[in-house]
Amino acid sequence: MVSTQTTASADSAVSRGWQLPPNAKPILVAIAIAILVFFLAYLRTDGSSLILTQALVTGLMAGGVYGLVALGLTLIFGVLHVINFAQGALVTLGMYVTYVVANDLGWNPYLTLFISIPLLFAFGALVQKIMINRSMGEEHANTLLLTLALGLLIENALLLTFGGNPQSVRTGQETVYNIFGAVATQSRLIAFGGALILALLLFFMLQRTSIGTAIRAVASNPTGARLVGVNTSRIYVITFAIGAACAGAAGTLVAPIVSITPVAGEVFNITAFVIVVLGGLGKVLGALFGGLIVGLAEQFGGILFPDQSNLLGVFIVFVLILFLRPQGLFSSNS
Amino acid sequence: MLTLNNVTAGYGSLHILHGVTFSVNQGEIVALLGANGAGKTTTLRVISGLVDAQGGSVVFNGQDITNTRSDKRVGMGLVQVAEGRELFGTLTVEENLIMGAWTASHADRQETMVEVLDLFPILAERSKQRAETMSGGQQQMLAIGRALMARPSLLMLDEPSIGLAPKLVNQVLESVQRIRASGVTILIVEQNAAATLAISDRAYVMESGAIAFEGQGTHLLNDDRVRRAYLGL
Repeated sequence: MVSTQTTASADSAVSRGWQLPPNAKPILVAIAIAILVFFLAYLRTDGSSLILTQALVTGLMAGGVYGLVALGLTLIFGVLHVINFAQGALVTLGMYVTYVVANDLGWNPYLTLFISIPLLFAFGALVQKIMINRSMGEEHANTLLLTLALGLLIENALLLTFGGNPQSVRTGQETVYNIFGAVATQSRLIAFGGALILALLLFFMLQRTSIGTAIRAVASNPTGARLVGVNTSRIYVITFAIGAACAGAAGTLVAPIVSITPVAGEVFNITAFVIVVLGGLGKVLGALFGGLIVGLAEQFGGILFPDQSNLLGVFIVFVLILFLRPQGLFSSNS
Repeated sequence: MLTLNNVTAGYGSLHILHGVTFSVNQGEIVALLGANGAGKTTTLRVISGLVDAQGGSVVFNGQDITNTRSDKRVGMGLVQVAEGRELFGTLTVEENLIMGAWTASHADRQETMVEVLDLFPILAERSKQRAETMSGGQQQMLAIGRALMARPSLLMLDEPSIGLAPKLVNQVLESVQRIRASGVTILIVEQNAAATLAISDRAYVMESGAIAFEGQGTHLLNDDRVRRAYLGL
C-alpha cells in the first residue's frame, strides 16, 4: 500500500518541489557539467571575464521569465495531467494586452500586470471550464490536441487583429545598470525581479493558503480530494487559470524587451517544455531553477557555438537530461 | 437514515450491481459482507457518488441524492473512507486532516481536530510527516481521521483492516466502536467477517451484485449457510 501511494504521487508531486533530493549525485553531475561548460566558454572567449559575466547576467535574467512560464505549465500538468501546448500563445496574448493598454491608454507597461494577470486568469478559467474539463479523464492525446488547437487559434486571432508586423511597447528612457562589469537594462531587471516575485508568491500561495493546499491535494490524489468534498472540476478551472495567468504575467514582463508578433511566445513554449522536463514534471521550484538553467544554457550555447540558434544550447541540455536523468533534476525517485 | 432502493450500477458495459436494496438506521453499525467481486465496494462508491447509479435511488436523511455530486454529499454528512485509503501522500498528516475538513467551517475544524487527535494520538506525533511515509496502520488511522474531520453523520468504511497486522485490525475496529459511541452511524465493508460481525448490529451479505441475506450480526455468524457460503468460515 505504501508503495502504491509513492508511485501515485511521484509524477504529480507539486508539493515536493522545494525539497532537495535525498541523493545529491545528479546535482553534483549537473554542477560538474556547468563548471566544464564555464571553463570551455572561458577558453573560447580567450579568458574574457566580461563576456562570461555578461552571459551569466543575461542568462539568469532571461531564465527568471522562462521559469515563470514553465511554472504555469508544470502546475497545469501536475494537477490536471494536461500538457498545455497553448502556454506560449498565452504569453503572446499577455504581450498584446500590454501593447494595447500601454500604447493606447498610456499606462506604464508594468502596471498592465493588473490587467493582464486577471484577464489571462479569466481566459484560462473559461478555456478549462468550457473546453478542457469536458475531455478530462479521456486520453491524454485529446486534451493535448485541444490545447494545441487553442494555441493556433490565439496566434491566428492575433494575426488577424494586429497583423504580422512586429510591434513594440513604448517605455521611458532606458536606464542601464552595471553588474560586476556586465550591463543590464532596467527593463530586463524588472522582468527578472517581477518573474521571481510572482513565482515565489505563487509558491507560498500553494503552500500556505487553503486553496493552495486543495490544489496540491488534487495533484496528490484526485479521488481522495473528491472523498473530502472538494469539487475537483473547480480546482482544475482555478489551476488552469493560474497557469494561464503565469503566462500572461510573463508576456507583460517581457513586452518592453521583445518585438511583439503573433508568434513571439513560441520560444517561451519551447523553453518551458525543456524546463518542465529539467525540473521534473509538477515540481514548482524545479521549474524556477530549471528556468535559470535554461536561460544560462541559451547564453553559454551562444558563446560555445557562435552563429547557431540560441536554442542549440537549450536542446543540448534537454538531450543530456533525457539521457542522464529523464525524471528531472529535482525528482527524488527514479 | 440511508436507504438504497433497487440500485443498479457498473463501469461502462460491465454491470456490477443488479438491484441492491438495503437501509441503515441512525446510530447503527451495519456491515456489508460477501465474497470478492460481490459488489460491496461498488455499493459504497455509489453511495458516496464516486460511481453513478444507473438505476434505482439512494435516499439519505429523506433526501434523494442519487444524482447529487460527490463533493456535495460530503457536506451533507455522508463520508467514505475508501478502499486503498486515497490519502494525499505528498501532503503532511496535518494537511491531510485539514483537507478532511474542506466542507466544514473553520471553528468546527479546530474542535474536530482535537477530537480526532484524541482518538488517534499517533497522528499528533506525526503531524509534520508526509502521509506516504507512514506505516499501513498509521495511514489507515489517518484515512479514518481525515473522514471524521468532515463531521460525518454516516461514515462508510471500505475494508479498513486490509493489509494490517491482527493487532492493528483490533485497534481499528475498536476505534470504529468509539466513533459510533460519539454518535456517528457506521456502514462497514470488511473481508474480516468474524471480527466485523462481532461489533455490528446488523449485517447484509451480498452475492453477485445483490443482497442475499440480512441478519443480526451475531446470528449471521452462527448461521451455517452463511458461514459456509459467504463468509468462508
